[in-house]
Amino acid sequence: MAEPLLSLRNVTAGYGEAVVLDDVSLDIEEGSGLALLGRNGVGKSTLIETIMGFTTLFSGSVHWRGKDITRLKPYQRAQAGIGWIPQERDIFSTLSVEENLTVIASKGQNSQWDLAKVYELFPRLKERSENKGSQLSGGEQQMLAIARTLMTNPSMLLLDEPLEGLAPIVVEELIETITRMCNEAGMTLVLVEQHADTALAMTDNAIIIERGRIAHSGTSADLMADHATLDRYIGLNLGD
Amino acid sequence: MQQQITDPQKWMRQKTRISPIEIAFWLSVLAVPYIFFPNYLALANQIAATAIFCISLDLIIGYAGIISLGHAAFFGLGAYAAGILSQKGWGEPITGALFGAIFAGFGGWIVSFMIVRVQHLALLMITLGLGFLLVELANTLDWLTGGSDGLVGIDTWNLFGVFKFTFWGHTAYGYTLGATFLVFLLARRLVNSPFGLALETIRENPQRTTALGVPNRARLQKVFTISAAIAGLAGAILTQTTETVSLDSLGFQHSADIAVMLILGGTGRLYGAILGTIIFMVARDQLSGMNPQYWYFWIGLLLMIVVLFMPRGILGGLEKLMEKVRGL
Repeated sequence: MAEPLLSLRNVTAGYGEAVVLDDVSLDIEEGSGLALLGRNGVGKSTLIETIMGFTTLFSGSVHWRGKDITRLKPYQRAQAGIGWIPQERDIFSTLSVEENLTVIASKGQNSQWDLAKVYELFPRLKERSENKGSQLSGGEQQMLAIARTLMTNPSMLLLDEPLEGLAPIVVEELIETITRMCNEAGMTLVLVEQHADTALAMTDNAIIIERGRIAHSGTSADLMADHATLDRYIGLNLGD
Repeated sequence: MQQQITDPQKWMRQKTRISPIEIAFWLSVLAVPYIFFPNYLALANQIAATAIFCISLDLIIGYAGIISLGHAAFFGLGAYAAGILSQKGWGEPITGALFGAIFAGFGGWIVSFMIVRVQHLALLMITLGLGFLLVELANTLDWLTGGSDGLVGIDTWNLFGVFKFTFWGHTAYGYTLGATFLVFLLARRLVNSPFGLALETIRENPQRTTALGVPNRARLQKVFTISAAIAGLAGAILTQTTETVSLDSLGFQHSADIAVMLILGGTGRLYGAILGTIIFMVARDQLSGMNPQYWYFWIGLLLMIVVLFMPRGILGGLEKLMEKVRGL
């Protein structure tokens, strides 16, 4: 079997003195999609931030393409190919859409993503390229947040509740775009999402986190059918 | 429909094209002192050199968000380096100015390791302390710097081996303004590059920026070093054209003055630094002519009015006014 793209081995992590994640181990294969499920405050975002290197790691290690990246700083992990799209989106509000995208522009020759490709994926951003970040709608901000991260040419995207607070029609459009992006570009996806049915439909595997530990791990299809488990850990948040 | 540009570097270059109003500005600052105010060329020279200094401060305050109350330290480092080099026998202006810039840049690089580790009040204190420290150091090393008497015996050779630096200051102003223009072009290129945009985003959201693969500290260290080198260049050029350096060039008053100039003109827009310098220095010249003791009263008043009513500086205020006029 091929080496996993990312693996966490016995990771205990948190913020300051507080432990949020407790002995978490996890492998993610290249090109696969993983849903992170669980109630609010169980450590889903902490897990993502730990992959990115923003938390305090008390023990355990993080490996990327077989290499130990536990000691790497967040920017080095980003350069290695881990792309993080935080829940807050954090668009640079004083910069235009195009400036948001060119902040990390590099002259790299064999880069997979450039402005043209990103605009092709999100035509709406092209229309609004001159607008300031602060003038965008929620959906457009989310598209820009994804597009901006794509410009770093990631192999893996960490998407933290990308659909939260968006209008249903925008949600559909985003789901379709994210799915297309993963299929066509072979992108590895880690998705945190409140609506379990949406998340499971978009991914191959799923884990459920409960109080900082992995409570369930399996394929998304199996979990989709396992209403008892979903009900137990997430209160059967199956949307409508 | 605007043509789609997909190469970021090309797009950035397009943003840095010089507009007609800018050409008019630079031609007038070149011509006006020579033609209409030949008696004020010495002042014009001081303004041009100080504008370089102010641009250097704008790079760190206006773009990177590094507040400094001790930036004169680097101006002074460049000034003494160029002055001592000339005193010891090498008075060629361009290499001397570059020597001052590199010397100050090296100092800035060393200090930058401290700068990127602190923020807010601690940043002010570190930069303030740096200024105090250097003044006393220069005072103690009086065998080298001349101490409180200032550095004497500076002799600047002809520019390009041809143009003599005279009492009237024709050569001096041309030389200094040329440097100001080059520094301006460099600074503008810098702030409109991905490097410059990243400085703004580090200021706005450091965590997000580093998550995009930007080594924040290294970038801040780089811009601080560049800024120190430019400040040193300003100091070196003023030393060469006035053939004197004093301890004041390193001191707190000088650091405070340059910060006031930048705030008056408006931060984060480069032209604000230039405009603020012109307003401050002309006002100082005129007001101190009227009453040498109380002129800071007026500067203080102007500063308070600008900060209260034009938070983006005089240039920012003018831009807002223009937008309103156009909107009518």
